[in-house]
Amino acid sequence: MAISLTELWVILGCGAITVLSRALPFVFVKQMTMPSWLIDFLTFVPITIMTALCCQSLFVANPGHWATLNVANCLAAIPATLAGVLTKSLLMVVVIGIMAMAVLRYFSIGG
Amino acid sequence: MNPSLTFKSGVRDVLPTVFGYIGVGLAFGIVAHTSHLSLLVVAGMSFIVYAGSAQFIITSMLLLHDPLSGIFISTFLVNSRMILMSTSLAQYFRHESLFKNLLIGSLVTDETFALAMNKQNKTKGKLSFAWQSGANLVAYLVWGVATVIGAMLGGLIADPTRFGFDFALTAMFIGLVYLQLISDRHLGISLQLYVMAFVALVYYLAIGVMSQNFALLAATVAGCLFGMGMKKWR
Repeated sequence: MAISLTELWVILGCGAITVLSRALPFVFVKQMTMPSWLIDFLTFVPITIMTALCCQSLFVANPGHWATLNVANCLAAIPATLAGVLTKSLLMVVVIGIMAMAVLRYFSIGG
Repeated sequence: MNPSLTFKSGVRDVLPTVFGYIGVGLAFGIVAHTSHLSLLVVAGMSFIVYAGSAQFIITSMLLLHDPLSGIFISTFLVNSRMILMSTSLAQYFRHESLFKNLLIGSLVTDETFALAMNKQNKTKGKLSFAWQSGANLVAYLVWGVATVIGAMLGGLIADPTRFGFDFALTAMFIGLVYLQLISDRHLGISLQLYVMAFVALVYYLAIGVMSQNFALLAATVAGCLFGMGMKKWR
């Protein structure tokens, strides 16, 4: 149970940074009337940010070169997406996705 | 997911995402253990910094003895997407007190944000403090506990990826993006599909020339502007 001074500063400093970037927008939005273009912009945030987060796991960055596909993740994404289309249940997407990945790993498919 | 907005339904709605938190949380604990971080530091990171992917980056930078300023800047950049998400989510809580807004804001994550956006498609655009707090608190506690357990198990589990748990997070985002696509009647499916394709293209091009976190932000902002343009001119 040891903690160095550097670690303490990192935890407190990074903690302040993450809390502020999460909580301050709530204060601003509550105090100010948002211009309509900004509201329009923000209606696209959910779909764009979720798509970008998916892309982060489906593509592999190769700095300076074209990105490649994360083959294992892309393959496991197929049954996971099908589970979503068939059941519309988040739980089923997650469970089928994990099972698909376990099978891929067992047979060492997709690296 | 039904339209109920009680604390209890918040807890129930967040349960499917808990798999992702447990899988990645255990993985973080194990990584932290092998990077010689103590349980206290792991708990401090998860309960005070509470930043998922940023915690992995902080751990590796600590191991490399990077300067504090570098660690702070990286944490801000990795987490800067939260500014967009919080600004978007905050619109649903303007009628609540400032204190309640701060409580919700300090525990928002990628997952509970995405969950809330799916939820409001089912409630005619309404969210409640009780529902959001139920979802936020479960996510927060499960993440913290999973990372600490991971750090304790550290030496025992050599390879948590063998059982596919590392894919839980990706699967969850796939599920959330699909549910968002089919249930956002305001934007409609075809417009959203165009926007998704555009985001994927920008992200793919961007990661060749910038870090993944910048690419994520660039693709998100470009996608929003593209969507605004399409909505206006088509």
